[in-house]
Amino acid sequence: MSAIALLFLVLGLGLIGWLTARVRATRFRAGSTVRFSSLPSHHGWFVALWTAVPPLIFLVIWSMTSPALVTDTVLSTPAAMQLPPPGFDRASILSEARSLAEGRSFGAFHGLSRTLAPSYAAAQTRYDWIATALALLLAFAGGAFAFTRVKPGFGARTQVERVVMLMLLGASLIAILTTVGIVASLLYESARFFHVVPITDFLFGTHWSPQVIDGRDPGASLGAVPLFWGTFFIGAVIAMIVAIPFGLMSAIYLTQYAAPTTRKWMKPILEMLAGVPTVVYGYFAALTVAPAVRDFAVSIGISWASSESALAAGLVMGIMIIPFVSSMADDSIAAVPSSMRDGSLAMGATSSETIRRVLLPAALPGVVGGVLLAVSRAIGETMIVVMAASGVATLTLNPFASTTTVTKQIVDLLTGEAEFDSPKTLAAFALGLTLFVVTLLLNIVALRVVKRYREAYE
Amino acid sequence: MTKSLKMPILKMTARNVSVAYGSKIAINNVSIDVDQDEVVAFIGPSGCGKSTFLRTLNRMNDTVASARVTGEIKLDGQDIYSPDMDVVQLRARVGMVFQKPNPFPKSIYENVAYGPRIHGLAGAKADLDRIVEKSLRRAGLWDEVKDRLSDSGTALSGGQQQRLCIARAIAVDPEVILMDEPCSALDPIATAKIEELIHELRGRYAMVIVTHNMQQAARVSQKTAFFHLGSLVEYGNTSDIFTNPREERTKDYITGRYG
Repeated sequence: MSAIALLFLVLGLGLIGWLTARVRATRFRAGSTVRFSSLPSHHGWFVALWTAVPPLIFLVIWSMTSPALVTDTVLSTPAAMQLPPPGFDRASILSEARSLAEGRSFGAFHGLSRTLAPSYAAAQTRYDWIATALALLLAFAGGAFAFTRVKPGFGARTQVERVVMLMLLGASLIAILTTVGIVASLLYESARFFHVVPITDFLFGTHWSPQVIDGRDPGASLGAVPLFWGTFFIGAVIAMIVAIPFGLMSAIYLTQYAAPTTRKWMKPILEMLAGVPTVVYGYFAALTVAPAVRDFAVSIGISWASSESALAAGLVMGIMIIPFVSSMADDSIAAVPSSMRDGSLAMGATSSETIRRVLLPAALPGVVGGVLLAVSRAIGETMIVVMAASGVATLTLNPFASTTTVTKQIVDLLTGEAEFDSPKTLAAFALGLTLFVVTLLLNIVALRVVKRYREAYE
Repeated sequence: MTKSLKMPILKMTARNVSVAYGSKIAINNVSIDVDQDEVVAFIGPSGCGKSTFLRTLNRMNDTVASARVTGEIKLDGQDIYSPDMDVVQLRARVGMVFQKPNPFPKSIYENVAYGPRIHGLAGAKADLDRIVEKSLRRAGLWDEVKDRLSDSGTALSGGQQQRLCIARAIAVDPEVILMDEPCSALDPIATAKIEELIHELRGRYAMVIVTHNMQQAARVSQKTAFFHLGSLVEYGNTSDIFTNPREERTKDYITGRYG
């Protein structure tokens, strides 16, 4: 039986369980004056969950383990004795036999896979039947067990509540486990990298040229300082020079000066900037801003200006971040109690004096927190720099020169042909780990700052 | 000197003042005089418009976009709603203390120095020091804070914060001080200190105080205005209002029948 049919069958049994339990619960409620703890539908859900959930869990586990069982069975057949020893050939013959057995392909490259295919098909069928039988058995057993408990005094309501809680817990654990898994794989690959390249070479080396790596001393050409500097320069310096003043000023205008009607149409338009896909910013940076910046640089006499300048990428990144800074600043300014503002106005201060001397100092921690979050976003931003920044790592202070960033290098290292165990490829994981740690720290600091500030006014 | 004893000088006059928020009328046709050396108390049940009226006296209602004020309010004979009235100047002359103490999140010194700085009242640091000390002394706070002027104003107790706000208001040497229920967030001891302070400041500044507390009105004011549903029901000497009100509604309110 196919997996889909089995799935529907199990769900169908669940539905039947729901209906019968409900009917039964309705019946014992009828004519009774006692107050019951559970509604008929709770009994229904209780039985339905007992019917459907165990077989579903079983099927999930089964689908992960059965391919190995099937392969084991095939390997124990006499034909499998002719297989080459474990290695690439063996694996490809087996996977070919499996495709043949499942009818996904018809031609075979290895003769042996043709001989193995029938036993594959047989094993597969046998295990499918076992799975179906076990699933149905579980469904009936669970359903029957639950059905016997449908009695007037049974608290199906609290049982169902507990299952709901467990499901929600499971959902949140999946997100956490995924994060843990990602971090673990980053750590593992990075550890492999640092096995080959000393961590000090990577963190403090100033020469980055992953395309030409000296096999005897790979660390010499994998010094990431130019990347860190480029990332910092583009994301935390140039982008913030654009984003902080404009974001802050627009927040001040929107919270303090704009009439409610103006605010009503202006704020969504500003926030639309945040909804523009970063790839579009990438075009904009690469096709419009970068040439303009170069032409400008040439016109003021910097003839060697790069068309992949740090300035172009940073400017566009800054524009992208404006709504972010603006909305964080907006929140912080709005969180300053209006009594502060009134107090200052009542002293005869003008609006701008009130903002400069009272509101901004009071909102400063929140604004700083927002800016830190914005920085962490900017340095993790990829698309703009992939399209607009250069691939050449230079350690420069000149905004018209070409620089590269961590994210851009990760993309470069992992695209194209690469072996998965060369220092060059593994360097991408080390860079990813560094970026992850830095943005994580920035986020923690920023959120703490913002939180402490919120508490001060509550 | 002898002349002013008998002839009170009118500081502020309001004639036929009405205030509307959008289409809702909050104050209807109120006329009141405030004398130079008097404390005037506004009393009345919640929502009667007494705070709204107080805020028209230094144009704090300007910050509410939907508020519309009609009628005439004069400070020393000058219409404060006329186009040539500078709001900044007006608020320097008519200071305000709010219901909840609202010191700025700055040091005690900076809180008091705020007004003198924005109005350019002090040239040198020494001048500013003198103004800060004088204001804090007048507000009865100097002895408590003189050794920690650089501490944050928000770290003081509620009553001290409110006296700091009074010091902040008098630092710009206003002519009138408006107080919007200045003691409603304070405990009885802090309240007593503020009331004592109002007594001491009387004569130096004209004062208008909104209060929920009728005993407080009786204790600190010379004149009392009773507001109800946006109208001024009765305005007269405090002693008359509390012992011999002309209006039935006033009598009911001060004897606790409603409000």
